[in-house]
Amino acid sequence: MTPPPTLGAQLLNGLAAGLLLISFAMLSQRRTRRLIGLFAWQGAILCASTGLVAYTAGLRHLWFSAALTLLLKVLVLPWILLGLVRRLEAQWDTEPLINIPTTMLLGVGLVIFAFGLAQPISVLATTITRNTLGIALAVIFLAFLMMITRRKAVTQVIGFLAMENGLFFAATSATYGMPMVVELGIALDVLVGVLILGIFFFQIREQFESLDLHHLETLKED
Amino acid sequence: MELLLVLGIPLLGALLLALVGHRRQAPEVNVLMSLSTLVAAAFLVVRVIRHGPMLVWQEQFFIDPFNVFLVALTALVGLTTALFSRPYMRIEEHKGRLTPRRLRLYHSMYQLFMAAMLLALLTNNMGLLWVAMEAATLSTVLLVSLYRTRASLEAAWKYFILCGVGIAQALFGTILLYFAAEGLLGTEGMAALLWTHLNSIKGQLEPRVIGLAFVFLLVGYGTKVGLAPLHNWLPDAHAEGPTPVSAVLSGLLLNVALYAVIRCKVLVEGSIHLVPGRMLMIFGLLSALLAAFFLWRQKDIKRLFAYSSIEHMGIITFAFGMGGPVANFAALLHMTVHSLTKSAIFFAAGHASQTAGTQRMDGIRGLVGLSPTIGWGLMLGTLAILGIPPFGVFASEFLILTTAMRDHPWATPVLLTALAVAFAAIFGRVQPMVFGETHGRPLPHSPALLPVFAHLVMVLILGLYMPPALAEWYRLAARLIG
Repeated sequence: MTPPPTLGAQLLNGLAAGLLLISFAMLSQRRTRRLIGLFAWQGAILCASTGLVAYTAGLRHLWFSAALTLLLKVLVLPWILLGLVRRLEAQWDTEPLINIPTTMLLGVGLVIFAFGLAQPISVLATTITRNTLGIALAVIFLAFLMMITRRKAVTQVIGFLAMENGLFFAATSATYGMPMVVELGIALDVLVGVLILGIFFFQIREQFESLDLHHLETLKED
Repeated sequence: MELLLVLGIPLLGALLLALVGHRRQAPEVNVLMSLSTLVAAAFLVVRVIRHGPMLVWQEQFFIDPFNVFLVALTALVGLTTALFSRPYMRIEEHKGRLTPRRLRLYHSMYQLFMAAMLLALLTNNMGLLWVAMEAATLSTVLLVSLYRTRASLEAAWKYFILCGVGIAQALFGTILLYFAAEGLLGTEGMAALLWTHLNSIKGQLEPRVIGLAFVFLLVGYGTKVGLAPLHNWLPDAHAEGPTPVSAVLSGLLLNVALYAVIRCKVLVEGSIHLVPGRMLMIFGLLSALLAAFFLWRQKDIKRLFAYSSIEHMGIITFAFGMGGPVANFAALLHMTVHSLTKSAIFFAAGHASQTAGTQRMDGIRGLVGLSPTIGWGLMLGTLAILGIPPFGVFASEFLILTTAMRDHPWATPVLLTALAVAFAAIFGRVQPMVFGETHGRPLPHSPALLPVFAHLVMVLILGLYMPPALAEWYRLAARLIG
C-alpha cells in the first residue's frame, strides 16, 4: 500500500492537471495572441510547480530554476513573441491541416499512450512528483501534435516552446531538475533560438510576403 | 591548458570576426584562427598519446583516444574548409550573391560552429553535450539561409524545426538517463550526468528506463546524423547553404552527432546488451539503402552528394552497430575517410557550379576542358567516395563488408545493393560533368584546390599504407567503444 499523498503532492498533481488542460486549450486555439497568452500561463504553472517542488524538497537550486522560468517563459519569451506578432500582423492562424475536433481526439489518444509509456518508469521514481511524469510526456506529445497540424511559422514555434516546457516539467518531476549548468545552457539555447527565429520571420516575410508555411513546400524530390 | 586553447581559440575567433568579419582580410583571419585551433588540437593529441586519457576541470571534460581523434579531424577539416572558403566566398561576393555584412555573419558563425562541435566532443557531461549540439544547430541555421533566397529560407526553416524537434527528443533521453543514474550516483554535484561515472556503473542501470532513454537519444541525435526516416533536412540544408557550410555539415557535424549516439550506446549496452547494436544496424541499413535509391532522382550536384553522405553515415552506423574491435576499427576509419573525401568533393563541386553558374547537373559539362584541376578533383573525389581500390574508403568498406559476412550474413546483400546502386547513380552523373564539351566561364578569383588534393592524398595514403601509430590509435579507440 502506498501512503496517502501529502498536501504538497496533491497540489502538484493539481498543477500538472492544469498544465495538461492548457496544452489542450493550445491545441484548439486558433488566434495567435491568445495562444501566446496560454503559453505564458503554461510557463506560470511550470514556475509554480517548480517552486512547490523546491519548497517541499528543500532544494535551493530549484528556486533558481523557478526564477529562471518566471523570467524567461512568463515574461521575456511571450513579450518577444507578442512584439513579433504585432509587427508582422499575424494575429490569425489559418485553418489547421486537420480540423480541431479530430485533433482533440488524436490528442486524447496521445495522452493515453504517454501514460502507458511512463507507467513502468514512474513506479521507480522516488520523488514526490513521480505521478506527473506521464503528464509531462503527454504535454510533449501534444506540443508535437500542434507543430504538425499548424501551418503558420509563429504557431509552430509556440508549439516548439511548449514542447520545451514539457521537457522541463519532465526534468523537475522525475529528477528534481537537472544540474544548474545544464539548465542555464538549455535556457540560453532556447533564448538564442527564439531570437534567431525572430530574424528568420522577417527574412521569410521579406521573401514571401506571408508567414504561411505552405509557401515553403517547393523543395521536393523531383 | 591545451584544452583551454582548443575551445578558446574558436570562441575568440567568433568574437573577433563578429567585429571585423566584413573587412577584406577577414578570410585570412578565419584561416589563422582555424590554423591555431589545429595546432592546439595537435598538442592535445600528443598529450593524450603520451599520458593516456585525461579528466580535467572537476571532471567536466574527458579526453580519450576516441574523441581526441575526432577533435583532430574536426580541427583539420575546419582549417582546410577555411582555406577553401577564402576564394570561394570572394567569388560569391564578386557575383553579388553576398554582401560584406553577411560575410561577417558567415565568418563569425563559422568559428562559433567549430567551438560548439569541439565542446560537444570534449565534454564529459551528457547535459553539456546536448547544449553544445543544440548550439551547433543554431549557429548553422543562419548560415544555411545566408543567401536569403526562397529555397534557402525554406531549407533553413526545415533544418531548424526538424533538428529542433529531434534534439528535444534527445533532451528527454538525457533526462531519463539522469533519472536512471541519480538513484545510484546521487544528486550531489553532477555525477549522474558525467559520462565517466555513468560508464562505471552502467551494468546496474535499470534496463527499462535506460532502454526508453536510448530510443529517445537515438531518434534525437540520429536526426542530426541524417538517419532515415528523419533525414529530410539534410539534402535541403546541404544544397541551399553556401558550399563551405555544406562541406563542414557533411564532413564534421554528422560525425559529431554520430559520436553522441555512440557514447550513449556504450552506456546503454551495459544493461541491455544486444538491443542498441541491433537498432543501430537496422537504422544504418535502412538509411544506406534509401539514400542509394534516392540518388537516382537527383538533379542538383550538392543534393546528390548530400544523399551520398546519408548513405555513408548509414554504413558507418551499421558498422558501429555490429560492434567488436574490427567493425569499430572500420567504422572509425570510414568516418575519417568519408569526412575527408566528402569535404573535398564539396569543394570541387562548389567551384564547378561557380564556373557553370548553376548547381543543376545538366548545366555542368566538360569541367576538364575548362579547368583541369576542378574536373580531376571532382572525378578523383567521386572515385574515392565510391570505394575504388587504392583509396581509403575501399579499405574501410571492405572491412565492414567482410565483418558483416562473418557475423551477420543477412545484411551483406543489402549493403552490397546499396553500394552498387549508389555507384551506378553517382558515376553516371559525374562522368558527363567532368568530360565532354564545355560552355562555362573561368572564375574571377583563382580557385582553392589545394585542400581538395590534400584531402585526397590523405585518403589515398590511408588506403595504401596506414602508419602503424595511427592504426594503433584506431585500435585503442575501437576497443574503448567495445
